Amino acid sequence: MNYFVRRLIMFFVVVILAATLNFIIPRLAPGDPIGAVLEELRARGASTGGDAEDEIVAAYRARFGLDQPVYMQYLRFLTNTLRFDLGHSISYYPQKVEAALFRALPWTVGLLAISTLMSFAFGSFFGALMAWPRAPAAVNRFLPFFMVLSAVPYYLLGLILVYLFAFVLRLLPLGGAYSSGTIPRLELSFLLDVIRHGILPALSILLTSVGFWALGMRGTMVTVLGEDYLTLAEAKGLSGRRIFFAYAMRNALLPQVTSLAIALGTVASGSVLVEVVFNYPGIGWLLYNALRSSDYYMVQGVTFFLVLTVAVSVLVVDLIYPLLDPRIER
Amino acid sequence: MSQDIALQVNSLRVSYRSGDREVKAVDDVTFSLYPGERLGIVGESGSGKTTLALALMRLHKPPAYIMGGEAILDGRDILALGLDEMRQTRWSKLSLIPQGSMNSLNPVVKVKHQMADAVEAHERGLTKNEIAKHIDHLLGRVGLPGSVAEMYPHELSGGMKQRVCIALAIILEPSVIIADEPTSALDVVVQRVVMQTLNDVQAQLNAAMIIIGHDMGLMAQSADRLAVMYAGKMVEVSPISSFFHDPQHPYSKLLISSLPSPEEKRELAGIPGSQPSLLELPSGCAFHPRCPVAEDRCRAEIPALRQISSQRHAACHLVEELS
Repeated sequence: MNYFVRRLIMFFVVVILAATLNFIIPRLAPGDPIGAVLEELRARGASTGGDAEDEIVAAYRARFGLDQPVYMQYLRFLTNTLRFDLGHSISYYPQKVEAALFRALPWTVGLLAISTLMSFAFGSFFGALMAWPRAPAAVNRFLPFFMVLSAVPYYLLGLILVYLFAFVLRLLPLGGAYSSGTIPRLELSFLLDVIRHGILPALSILLTSVGFWALGMRGTMVTVLGEDYLTLAEAKGLSGRRIFFAYAMRNALLPQVTSLAIALGTVASGSVLVEVVFNYPGIGWLLYNALRSSDYYMVQGVTFFLVLTVAVSVLVVDLIYPLLDPRIER
Repeated sequence: MSQDIALQVNSLRVSYRSGDREVKAVDDVTFSLYPGERLGIVGESGSGKTTLALALMRLHKPPAYIMGGEAILDGRDILALGLDEMRQTRWSKLSLIPQGSMNSLNPVVKVKHQMADAVEAHERGLTKNEIAKHIDHLLGRVGLPGSVAEMYPHELSGGMKQRVCIALAIILEPSVIIADEPTSALDVVVQRVVMQTLNDVQAQLNAAMIIIGHDMGLMAQSADRLAVMYAGKMVEVSPISSFFHDPQHPYSKLLISSLPSPEEKRELAGIPGSQPSLLELPSGCAFHPRCPVAEDRCRAEIPALRQISSQRHAACHLVEELS
């Protein structure tokens, strides 16, 4: 079967499995949702028990489809999920979960995906230089710096950065994605405001992850530099630049790209702490608030969405990988 | 006279340095290479053959250092060239056919690009179209279909890869080709055909070729002259037929008697002992502990490579007496 078709089928299997788990796990938890609603109603002194209570229970069960057999519930859940109908938020009823997700998405993608890609690009290039014998010796002085930084958790570095640059020096805003009171719209002043707000969170991600990319690249680069085709490239009289980019880096990047797929997939889930520290209105912030207010549908929606991002980024990398490494396609 | 020499190597010394220890991997090697000639260099592993080849292209990596000597190519000492001049000299004057390993071509780049970049690096003033035509022509010359140009190395067999390397080596028509165990990773059948191809293209170019290896049979078929290396030194340099009929150095004699021969049925003789560690070379002639005819003088004095007849050289105190 065609490579692309196989990858696509794999993708849908992963998505359906994730949706299924999302369906099963809440139903394995003790207690039932109607009981929880009744409990809440009783606390407000609304329920009187007896026939009225039975009626309420029946009404709720019908409304949420709980009176139907489990497989019907499952099918309905599955079709809804695949149509990206993730239900209503409980805390912000009647807002739809997917609407909240799509509102938060650009912020997370903008902040985390861009800083992860920047970190990947910069780290990989720097790591390649660290292994390159003809690079300036000063490059290697950064090695301990990278090692220490990659050991620091990014939210801790985030807190330190906020304290230094926002609290003590007052150079940059404390948090949020834009100044309160401004209305998001496409114009330069707003864009600059967003960038100003993005610097600290992006920096905390960049600084703590760049070491990972640099050290990984340095390792694979050292291996590639020992390959016979590098000796032959040099024997051919190619310029150092050509050998570095087309022969050494090109090959050393391959395992890095695999790591990038995984890193991009965890961008959204990894964002929770950064977004909490910086009060950033992205997916992580959404999940954090949903968990705090026991907004089950929202949690379920965000979780499904996180699995989806991993699946999508792995799919994308799988699809472009044959272009990078011709040996993969069969 | 010097016009008739493609490459003149004089007292080349290459050492591996670790700490304050110095290991002489290539020690005072001198030889001439004539246009169109095939010089075979044989020796055991660790005798310095590959180090010599890499040093001639200045591709040796630390801890290997060239400690002295010169290599005159086209009237210039390539060991003294600046880095950029050396880069230009590589491939245009002096090309390399790597060990027939599976790994000499960049796995993620198409064959045609790997061939074209060698041309582009040397500014021959050819258009992309001309280069493509040239590549097609070269692939045909080594017996490959032109479609190979569009392929990636993993789509080729070992023999095809080595043919690509041969086509690549002659793309700029160099005057010297260094073939470092060009067929060691191939099976014997493919070995023969690949070697034949290599010899053909070399002869057409009238390029001088250094063939490094330890397959005496292959040398007998391909080389015009044979140089034997032992512990970093050349111990004998002779035309191929006289080498096999009348080896001069005791090591050469033992090498030949260790080869099976179709003419006579005899017990194969090995060479007793093993090559000494370069870190602790024996005094005098490095071969004396294994030499059946060693004398006191051999233990004390290092023999120089001396001319013993018009075309033959040997480094042995006893050669005159022996012959």
